[in-house]
Amino acid sequence: MFRGPALQHKNTFRDLAKCAATILATVLLGGLLGATLLRFAPGYGVDEAELDTRLSNGSIQAMRQANGPDENLLTFYAHYLGRMLHGDLGISRTLQRPVAQLVAERLPETLKSLGLGLLLGWLLGLGMAIAVTLSRTRVVDTFAGLLSGILLCVPAAVLALLFVLARAPARLVIGVIIFPKVFRYARNLLARSAALPHVLMARAKGVGESRVLLWHILPTAGPQLLALFGVSVSMALAAAIPVEVLCDLPGIGQLAWKAALGRDLYLLINLTMIVTLVTLIANSASDFVGHAFRTSAA
Amino acid sequence: MKHARTIAIAFLAIVGVACLLPGIFSASDYAHQFRDIPNAAASHEHWLGTDDLGRDRFSRVLYGTRVSLLLAPTAALIASLLAATIGGAAGFLGGWMERLVMAGTDLFLSLPWLFLLITVRALLPLNVAPLTSVIITFALLGCLGWAAAARVVCADASSLRNSDFILLAHASGSGGWRLLWRHLLPNLMPVLYAQFWISIPVFILTEANLGILGLGVSEPMPSWGSLLRELESYSTISSNPWQFVPLLLFILVVSCFHMVVVDRELPA
Repeated sequence: MFRGPALQHKNTFRDLAKCAATILATVLLGGLLGATLLRFAPGYGVDEAELDTRLSNGSIQAMRQANGPDENLLTFYAHYLGRMLHGDLGISRTLQRPVAQLVAERLPETLKSLGLGLLLGWLLGLGMAIAVTLSRTRVVDTFAGLLSGILLCVPAAVLALLFVLARAPARLVIGVIIFPKVFRYARNLLARSAALPHVLMARAKGVGESRVLLWHILPTAGPQLLALFGVSVSMALAAAIPVEVLCDLPGIGQLAWKAALGRDLYLLINLTMIVTLVTLIANSASDFVGHAFRTSAA
Repeated sequence: MKHARTIAIAFLAIVGVACLLPGIFSASDYAHQFRDIPNAAASHEHWLGTDDLGRDRFSRVLYGTRVSLLLAPTAALIASLLAATIGGAAGFLGGWMERLVMAGTDLFLSLPWLFLLITVRALLPLNVAPLTSVIITFALLGCLGWAAAARVVCADASSLRNSDFILLAHASGSGGWRLLWRHLLPNLMPVLYAQFWISIPVFILTEANLGILGLGVSEPMPSWGSLLRELESYSTISSNPWQFVPLLLFILVVSCFHMVVVDRELPA
């Protein structure tokens, strides 16, 4: 059915608003979950300094009040959100610095690693998937399948260690971690698209392989590939922790690890919320573009 | 593919038996330190040499493999049971319950896996006894790894709820529990089996990552994470190439699990 441009724009804005509302609701719920974990974690509001035997009961009570006032969960979360809206993410207990400052310093490093890693992973993964689909030879398929199979079985942390051992550029590790997942999904998607009747018909009519790929296979698999891109951002973020720790890259992943080892729960919950927000935005953006792609194709 | 699966199962069985009976293959305990021969080369007494504390590496590989091979399936079982309960109930009941559970699942899935794990791990005490650290690590994997499986189970239960045989059973007077136990659950079993097998290599890989980061099983208890952590000692690795044996075994075991999974996923 034909839809005028005005109606299409209205629908686009409605979808965007729905998407933003979903992200906001998820982040708020995630924050509540994080605040619940933080509030009820063993040792909440307790400082090591309390072990000092010279301190009186009154001093200990005053310290506890300062570290984590005895408030219920909802009040605690409301105060937390209120501070967050003013740009105050709190102070890191272990690093004794504002969380917002730490994040601002380290986020560009992680984004750089993620960008390079995603680029490499997708170039390798999609490139090999296309090569397998177009060549239709067993040798290429077996080689690519074996390589991706082996890489899927190696933990991200070991890959990072091997890169350090080989003195290879550390930023590329994320790409090597992403590659097998992208390759496997993309190969299956492209193979399914390549087996569709209209593609077989195009081939039978003698259309060139590159034209078949660009005009018939990729447009069919496009929305799912875009959805896979959103998922790959989440995978890359998870891989950033071991990679940044073991390759000594000062990013968000390394900060999260330091916070975990130091039980700096406030910093850790903030980082998890930021990473969740990035993941949600990436997923929603890829879904949105995929939806637009499908609509325009229809 | 059938041959590959048979070989994979046979290999897993051999590794499983060797790990369950480590005393037959290795004379020393995993924690025993031969203080006069740290970083020893491979020999008759120590097939894979010793680590920097003089502990027999082969013995540690056997015990470490046992920890991972016994507990990853246990964690996968916990995750599958949670997925069956949460996803199955949501799919079977439908309506607002299904929407609510799926929203919760989406929230869980939007948190990157390793971030969620280290956050929850950090909320629990870090300096604990080795056995407690093993239980905490694998219990966390089991309790946090249900979301993706629950989504699949919910979708399957939802389509089964609307299928003809369930409607017929309902029309014949079968009540809620009877429908659930006699008709829905047996039909969900293939999905649950698949999710169980998919979870095992994921949990083994995650434990290894956590162990290397120092947030997994604590020393002296060996696990694949702590064994692979040895690869960090760059100075000794060139002279002791057998340090790569745990990695090789790890890759083989995880590949075998993948082969079993792939075969289960293939249509008949």
